[in-house]
Amino acid sequence: MSADNQPGPVIEFHDVAYRFSGGQELLNGLSLAVCRGETLVLLGRSGSGKTTTLKLINALVSPTSGEVRVEGRTTTEWDPIRLRRGIGYVIQDAGLFPHFTVERNIALVPTIEHWPPERIRARVAELLQLVGLDPELEKRYPRELSGGQRQRVGVARGLAADPPILLMDEPFGALDPITRAELQREFLALQQRLQKTVVFVTHDLREALLLGTRIALMEAGKLVVVLPPNDFLRSSDPLVKRYLDAFGAVSNGHRT
Amino acid sequence: MNVFQFILQNHTEVLEHMREHLWMVVASTFLAVIIGIPLGILISRKPGWDKPILGGANIIQTVPSLALFGFLLPLPWIGARSERLAILALTLYALLPLIRNTYAGINGVDRAVVEAGRGMGMTDRQLLWQVQLPLALGVIIAGVRVAAVISVGLATIAAAIGAGGLGEYIFRGLAMVNNQLILVGAIPAAALALLADFTLGWLERRLSPA
Repeated sequence: MSADNQPGPVIEFHDVAYRFSGGQELLNGLSLAVCRGETLVLLGRSGSGKTTTLKLINALVSPTSGEVRVEGRTTTEWDPIRLRRGIGYVIQDAGLFPHFTVERNIALVPTIEHWPPERIRARVAELLQLVGLDPELEKRYPRELSGGQRQRVGVARGLAADPPILLMDEPFGALDPITRAELQREFLALQQRLQKTVVFVTHDLREALLLGTRIALMEAGKLVVVLPPNDFLRSSDPLVKRYLDAFGAVSNGHRT
Repeated sequence: MNVFQFILQNHTEVLEHMREHLWMVVASTFLAVIIGIPLGILISRKPGWDKPILGGANIIQTVPSLALFGFLLPLPWIGARSERLAILALTLYALLPLIRNTYAGINGVDRAVVEAGRGMGMTDRQLLWQVQLPLALGVIIAGVRVAAVISVGLATIAAAIGAGGLGEYIFRGLAMVNNQLILVGAIPAAALALLADFTLGWLERRLSPA
């Protein structure tokens, strides 16, 4: 996947709908573009379709109608394996392989991409440092790590093959508030350096305002608004207001 | 005569029957493993195949063992030697725990882990060999364990069709109304069952991840 040369959106949704085979509708009329280097946050409550939207990007699900384009090509044209190896994927609770050491977990994509072993070792060492983990942890198993450490390993694994796109599905959702704040700060610092195109799913308004360059609010399978954080706080859309009210404390001065 | 005295005095014969018994159990469990595990993998990947295959294995399980030996008797090659017949019957009985545990083991792997692997671009084959099978291994070995212990018990029936094994003493004891003789078959059989259970239980713990 070629990085940072062409301008224009990296990921585009054109009138996408997704239905279960049983007919139940999860997404409808979704059109959205994600620009290079931005962090687009998909915000919404459980069942609003944000995780499905994320999975449409790496072809874990295919649109029932409409199309999703990544780097200009529709996800159905892409070889799904190639597409996914060019997109970092970080999920809640990290989804680490419990029978792999930290090192093997981080090295997953480089290994299946057949990098030479010395290059993999060097990359793992580099990534451990990047996400602020002690190099001695590389021989440990996920169960021997704290929640925060596991999530850092998850981020390192997502970044391993240096993909231009990173998908993050509530990556900090299962952490205690202090660890979460710590990882959010580190994510911001990391993103400033790496300039990845990030799509970030969360239901936490605070997290969305802090991390997003734009926030896409979803409700019942539809996109409500896409706005930068400051405009989001000032939006008069009733659904946005409801969200802001629910998180009253965040929007000091903007409370209705 | 005391059971242990009998075993000591006839130890070559008892050992020979134990060897026959063990051979039937090992051969049938091995065959069930090489048939049952691939079938379990197959039904975990092909939606809709699970019900007929698990149902079929279930039906076999409900056939009374003596009747199953009888059903298989007319088969060519198999029916010609009672030992082959016994091994086939024991294999059929051992299939259900193996298919079921392989299937349950693979389906029991944390969905988030499998989806993370798929989302990062692992192929189906890589997911199976590097993630699903290693994580299901403990459950699969538990299936082998159940199958082996059941086989040790069922193999005593094989003596009824002349396949030998420790069942010889049990049937002889029944015919002669000699409880001591029944125990000469039953005690070593129970010991074999415990041994199989213990060994495979140890293996199960060793190979279980996390």
